[in-house]
Amino acid sequence: MKEFLMLILLLPLLGFFLSGLGRKTFHKKTISAISCGVIFLSFLLSYFQFLDVVKSGVVVFDYFNFIKVGTFQIPFSLQIDQLSSVFLLIITGVGFLIHVYSASYMKAESTEHYGRFFSYLNLFIFFMLLLVLGGNFVILFMGWEGVGLCSYLLIGYWFKNNEYNYAARKAFIMNRIGDLGFLIAIFWLIAKLDTTSFSIIFSSESLAKLSSFDITAITLLLFVGATGKSAQIPLYTWLPDAMAGPTPVSALIHAATMVTAGIYLVARCNVLYSLAPITQTVIIIIGLSTAILAATIALKQNDIKKILAYSTVSQLGYMFLALGLGAYSAAVFHVLTHAFFKALLFLGSGSVIHAMSGDQDIRNMGGLSKQLKITYATFLIGCFAIAGIPPLSGFFSKDAILLSAFEKSPVLYWLALVGALLTAFYMFRLFFLTFSGKFRGTKLQKENIHESPMAMTIPLIILAVLSIVGGFIGIPEIFIHGGDRLSQFLSPVIGTQNKLSVSHTTEYLLMGLSTIFIIATILLAQKKFTKYQPTSESKLGKLIENKWLVDELYNKIMVNPINQLARVLNDVFEKSGIDAVVNGVGKLVHYSSRQIRLLQNGLVGNYILLMIISMIIIFTFQFFLKK
Amino acid sequence: MPINYYIILSITLFCIGIVGVLTRRNAIIVFMCIELMLNAVNLLMVAFSKMHHLKNAAINASAGSEGQLFVFFIMVVAAAEVSVGLAIIVMLYRNTHSVDINFLNRLKH
Repeated sequence: MKEFLMLILLLPLLGFFLSGLGRKTFHKKTISAISCGVIFLSFLLSYFQFLDVVKSGVVVFDYFNFIKVGTFQIPFSLQIDQLSSVFLLIITGVGFLIHVYSASYMKAESTEHYGRFFSYLNLFIFFMLLLVLGGNFVILFMGWEGVGLCSYLLIGYWFKNNEYNYAARKAFIMNRIGDLGFLIAIFWLIAKLDTTSFSIIFSSESLAKLSSFDITAITLLLFVGATGKSAQIPLYTWLPDAMAGPTPVSALIHAATMVTAGIYLVARCNVLYSLAPITQTVIIIIGLSTAILAATIALKQNDIKKILAYSTVSQLGYMFLALGLGAYSAAVFHVLTHAFFKALLFLGSGSVIHAMSGDQDIRNMGGLSKQLKITYATFLIGCFAIAGIPPLSGFFSKDAILLSAFEKSPVLYWLALVGALLTAFYMFRLFFLTFSGKFRGTKLQKENIHESPMAMTIPLIILAVLSIVGGFIGIPEIFIHGGDRLSQFLSPVIGTQNKLSVSHTTEYLLMGLSTIFIIATILLAQKKFTKYQPTSESKLGKLIENKWLVDELYNKIMVNPINQLARVLNDVFEKSGIDAVVNGVGKLVHYSSRQIRLLQNGLVGNYILLMIISMIIIFTFQFFLKK
Repeated sequence: MPINYYIILSITLFCIGIVGVLTRRNAIIVFMCIELMLNAVNLLMVAFSKMHHLKNAAINASAGSEGQLFVFFIMVVAAAEVSVGLAIIVMLYRNTHSVDINFLNRLKH
């Protein structure tokens, strides 16, 4: 068992080494077979592990002593429980489909870069697995950092384009800012409890040792880390820029891995969060405002991947809203369904981009439904799922969140519903602009439109099926008694949640209401965008198109001052301080050696004279010193 | 005879040796001056040894014999040195047809 769990973790690492080191020698097919194979094996093992967890529950394995300082120890321990097994399945399952898809999508790359790409992908999966399997905060943090590194590598995969490199750096730095909060939280926990293990920290004896101020501060700091990784206000701007990477990477970052890390962290620490009402309020505010802000930005974007990116930010906002409301299993549920339909949408958009010969601007698309039949159908399912049309997966998870929002306060419900309507609107704007109406691109593009090969469409079909049925593991109580199997499964980790106090009538009413509103929004989008004519934007439209100028604001208040400070330091301290000292030492040595060299003139007499003079000096010196 | 005389004599001899080494260019004279310095030291050692012996003869019959012993060592070393040094001077003369040590400044290279 112990080795079994380690194998899940180590297989992707093996794939990383094989495809990374063999990138110049192996054939492309070998590389893709290796990297897809290891993930698939990992997925199978995860499945068995999952069955095991269903039977036996939480297991923690200690492998070796990772860090030992005095009496303080950090073991290298892996923990598998209900929460991490669900994440394991999402990561390896969706990750595997994305691997298969990329094998075909990246075919045009040269073999060396193909191998590099797949080794990064495998490394990404490895670190993500380490993150969810880690049995203490330090192991989790290792995975956390590794995921950040891999996102940097993958976003900057096409490193010859400087803008992409900038996007990669931005992602890395934004994540680092969040990570600082996380680190401080870990140190705080070590200082107070002298341990980092989850099982000890979340026990009631340990919690009793923490004051309420400690808990609030720690949870807030952990949340800062989560905002970085999961792209929440104020650290969300890296995620849309992360679209610089190849499309499968976007799918991997946005659906299965990376961004869900923040959700996982908060869900893992739910015991702490439940004790910190202030933090919960903060999470609700940030989650909800992120959800709505990102949704408004997505309304006016024209890049197909940017729209999906903002929709990810917005959906993550929903998940945090759920976390803040204490509906942890609803958040995990949404992670699961979101992994399905967002991976589907991203891979579908990759297929569209493929067909459009690399063009990502939806204003140039239109009428693609005829040529891209499978992509069209699966994309439609994805859109329905994200919009929350029953009985697709998005409906159930979103409904669970909306319901817990309503329970807290109707205001939250209405705001969240507005966000959901915006989601439906921009998704169907994207959909109709892409697939219906007339083709608006160039003639050359029109001739090259083609459906993607099987290796790309089969993952789409599988994900579409999952997007449809994925919601059935969490059917609300009112439809089927005991239908919410996910939260029952998760209850040992997340704890029994307070039963919903909303009456059944209200619940039906709310569901009907949101469904009607969403369908109306979709119809509105259809009416508006089927026959699309490019029009000039209003002032507000321009502002939204420019993402509320948040990037510009950040540049103005943070990036530029730091750059200026760096420039001053470079000019003043570096050049006239450090450089002057270093060069001065060099010059001094140079000059003095040129002078002293003159003493060595080869005349023996001179040498002896010097010798005698120095001996006399030494003797007199000693003579006077003795006295 | 008081020890002072011996000391003054050997200092004088030693200084003559030093001045000779520093000022003369003829390798053989330089060589002789080095010998002079060595023998100045020898003289001083014998003198001190004698003085030591006179003072401590009552306690130790062989007191001060170490100084004289060293003198013999120095003589042996000086003899060996002379043989090497003279050989060098002969080679010097063969190569440069001169025994002027200032010709030998190629050591700096």
